[in-house]
Amino acid sequence: MDLSAINPAVLVASLMVAAVPIVLAAIGELVVEKAGVLNLGVEGMMIMGAICGFVAAVATGSPVLGFVGGAVGGAALSLIFAVLTQYLLANQVATGLALTLFGLGVSALIGQGYNGIKPPSIGDLPLGPLADIPVLGTILFRHDWVVYLSIAVIAAVWAVLKYSRAGLVLRAVGENHDAAHALGYKVVRIRVLAILFGGAMAGLGGAYVSLIRVPQWTDGITAGAGWIALAIVVFASWRPWRVLIGAYLFGGITVLQLNLQAAGARIPVEYLSMSPYLITILVLVIMSSGRGRASAQAPAALGQNFHASR
Amino acid sequence: MLRLEKRPSPSRVWTAATPVLAVVLTMIAGGVMFALLGKNPFEAIRIIFWDPLFSPQFASYSRPQLLVKAAPLILIAVGLSLGFRAGIWNIGAEGQYIMGAIAGAGVGLAFYPVQAWYVFPLMVLAGGFGGWLWAMIPALLRTRFATSEILVSLLLVYVAQAILASMALGLMRNPEGGGFPGSRNLAQYPAAANLELIVGSGMHWGVVAALIAVIAATILLQRHILGFQIRLAGQAPRAARFAGVSPNRLVVLCLGISGALAGLAGLFEVAGPAGQISIDFGSNYGFTAIIVAFLGRLNPIGILLAGLLMALTYIGGELSQFLLGLPAAAIQAFQGMLLFFLLALDLLSNYRIRWTAWGGR
Repeated sequence: MDLSAINPAVLVASLMVAAVPIVLAAIGELVVEKAGVLNLGVEGMMIMGAICGFVAAVATGSPVLGFVGGAVGGAALSLIFAVLTQYLLANQVATGLALTLFGLGVSALIGQGYNGIKPPSIGDLPLGPLADIPVLGTILFRHDWVVYLSIAVIAAVWAVLKYSRAGLVLRAVGENHDAAHALGYKVVRIRVLAILFGGAMAGLGGAYVSLIRVPQWTDGITAGAGWIALAIVVFASWRPWRVLIGAYLFGGITVLQLNLQAAGARIPVEYLSMSPYLITILVLVIMSSGRGRASAQAPAALGQNFHASR
Repeated sequence: MLRLEKRPSPSRVWTAATPVLAVVLTMIAGGVMFALLGKNPFEAIRIIFWDPLFSPQFASYSRPQLLVKAAPLILIAVGLSLGFRAGIWNIGAEGQYIMGAIAGAGVGLAFYPVQAWYVFPLMVLAGGFGGWLWAMIPALLRTRFATSEILVSLLLVYVAQAILASMALGLMRNPEGGGFPGSRNLAQYPAAANLELIVGSGMHWGVVAALIAVIAATILLQRHILGFQIRLAGQAPRAARFAGVSPNRLVVLCLGISGALAGLAGLFEVAGPAGQISIDFGSNYGFTAIIVAFLGRLNPIGILLAGLLMALTYIGGELSQFLLGLPAAAIQAFQGMLLFFLLALDLLSNYRIRWTAWGGR
C-alpha cells in the first residue's frame, strides 16, 4: 500500500465536498428538532431530493434548477410528514419511518430510465487568484458554489436561532409548546414551516449526492446519509456550528477510507466501507454518556405532538 | 369548524376498522398511481390482490409463496411489536435478520458434509443467537450510555450488509463455486436444509416458528406479567416506573426477543427459500416488517393477517411486474402508502371529531 499517494490538501478539500450532503440535511433536521419535531424521514427526503434534482437537472440542463428541484422534492415529501404529525397527530417516529420507506420506493419509481445518464456538470466557483494560493487555495477556494452555500446556511441558521425574534419563537415552541401556545404563537404553523425547511435542506443534500458526489442515478443512492445526518444532530448537541464539525469529521472518515481503498490497503474493502457507520455509533455513544450528556440539551418537547385542548 | 377531542381510551371499533379502511384507501391511491404509470388500475389491483390466490394459471405457484413470504414478515413483526408497544424502537431488524442468517449458515457450512440430525437444530439456535447478539449492541448502548437505540440499530444495518458482502465474497464463499460470490447452497445439503414440510404447501419450519411466535406473543401480552409491563411502559411510562418496572430490563428483553426472532427469520430464509449466503440476500423483510407490525395494530393475531396481506402484495407485485411490466419499486411505494394511511386514520381511534360553531369553544 502506498500512503504517499494520498495528498493531505486534496484530502481536506474532498472531505469538504463529501460532507456537504450531510451538512445540509443535518442543519435542516436541526431546525426541525429545535421546533420540537423529530422527523426520522431524513433518508427518504434526501433520496427524493436526489431523484427530483437529477430529473430536473437532466430535463433542463441546468444544475441550478436541479438543486431547486431537489429542494422542492424534499419539501414535498416532508409536507406529508407535516400533515400527518401536525394535523392528524400521528406518531412521529412511525411517520418518519414511513416517510423513508415511501421515499425509497417512489424515488426508485421516478428514477426508472435515468440509470446511466450523466447529469449536467457544475463548475467550480471562479475565485480568481484566490484559487492559486498554494495548499490553502486547493483546500478552500476550488469548490462548487454548493459547498459555500452549505456553510452559509449553517451561519444563517446559527444567527437566526441565536439573535432573531423568529429564532426565539421557534426555540420556545420546541422547548414548551403549551407555553408558546398560551403566549399566542401558532405552534402548528411554526412547526410545519420548520418541517418544510428541513425537507428542502434534505432535498438539497440529496441532490448534491446525485448531481455532484456520484454523479449519476442508482436506486438507494443516499446509502444511509440521512441516518448519519440524524446522528450528527445529536452529536452536535443541537448547535449549528457543531453540525459542521461533525459532518466534516464524518466526511473525513469517508474520504480517508475511500483513499485507503484506492491505495490498496490490506484491510478488506467491506470493513473499510463499514467504518463510517461504526465511527458514527461510537461518537453517538461518547456524546450521549458522561458528563456532557447530549440528551440533556435536546429540546424539551422533542417528539411530542401538540394538541390544543383549549 | 372541526375540532378534535381526545378519547379517554382508544375506540375499539375504529382500532379494528382502520386497517381495513387503510387498505381500501391504499388500493384507491395505488390505483391512481398505476393509472399515472399508464397501466389499467383495475387490472393492476386485480393482479396484485386476486390473481395470486385465485387465478387458475398462477395460483398453483403463488399460493405456496404466500406462506414463504409471510413467515419471515410475521416472525420479525411479532418481535418488533413488543418493543413498539413499550416505546422501544428497534428499526434495525434487517441487520439482525442478516446476522442471524450468517450465524446460522456459518454453523451449517462448518458441519458440511456431515449428515446428522443435530445439524439443523444447531443452525436454528445459532440463527436466533446471531440476531439476538446483534440486537444486544443497541440494547446495551441504550441501557449503559443512553444512546438512541433507533439510530444505533439502524446504522448497524449498514454494518451487517458490509459483513454480508464480505462473507459472500470471502470466508463463506463456495470453494467449489468456481470463484463466484455466494456460499454453498444449503437447500441442497439435506442435513441443513429447511425444506417444505408438506410438498407444495410452502410450509417450512419458518412458518411453524411464525405460528408459535404469534401464539406465544398473544399469551405473553394477555396473560403474563411481562406483557402487562410492556403495555404499561408504553401507555404510561411514569406509572410503570412507580409500579417497579425496570425500563432497562424491558429494553434488553424487547430488543433481545425481536433480534432473536429476526435472526431466526434470516436462518429459515437462508436455509430454505434463498438457499445461500449471497450479496443480495437482504431483501428488506426487516423494514417491511415494520409496516406489518403497524398494520396488525401491534397485536399478534393482527400481525398474522397483516403479514399474509403484505406477502400477497409482494407476490402480486412480482406477478404485475411479469404481466404488466409494472416496476418493482411501485410495490414498495404502495406499501409505504399503506403505512401513511394507517397512521393518518389512527386519529379516528384516538380522537373524536366534533363539529362546533365558528369561534365557539
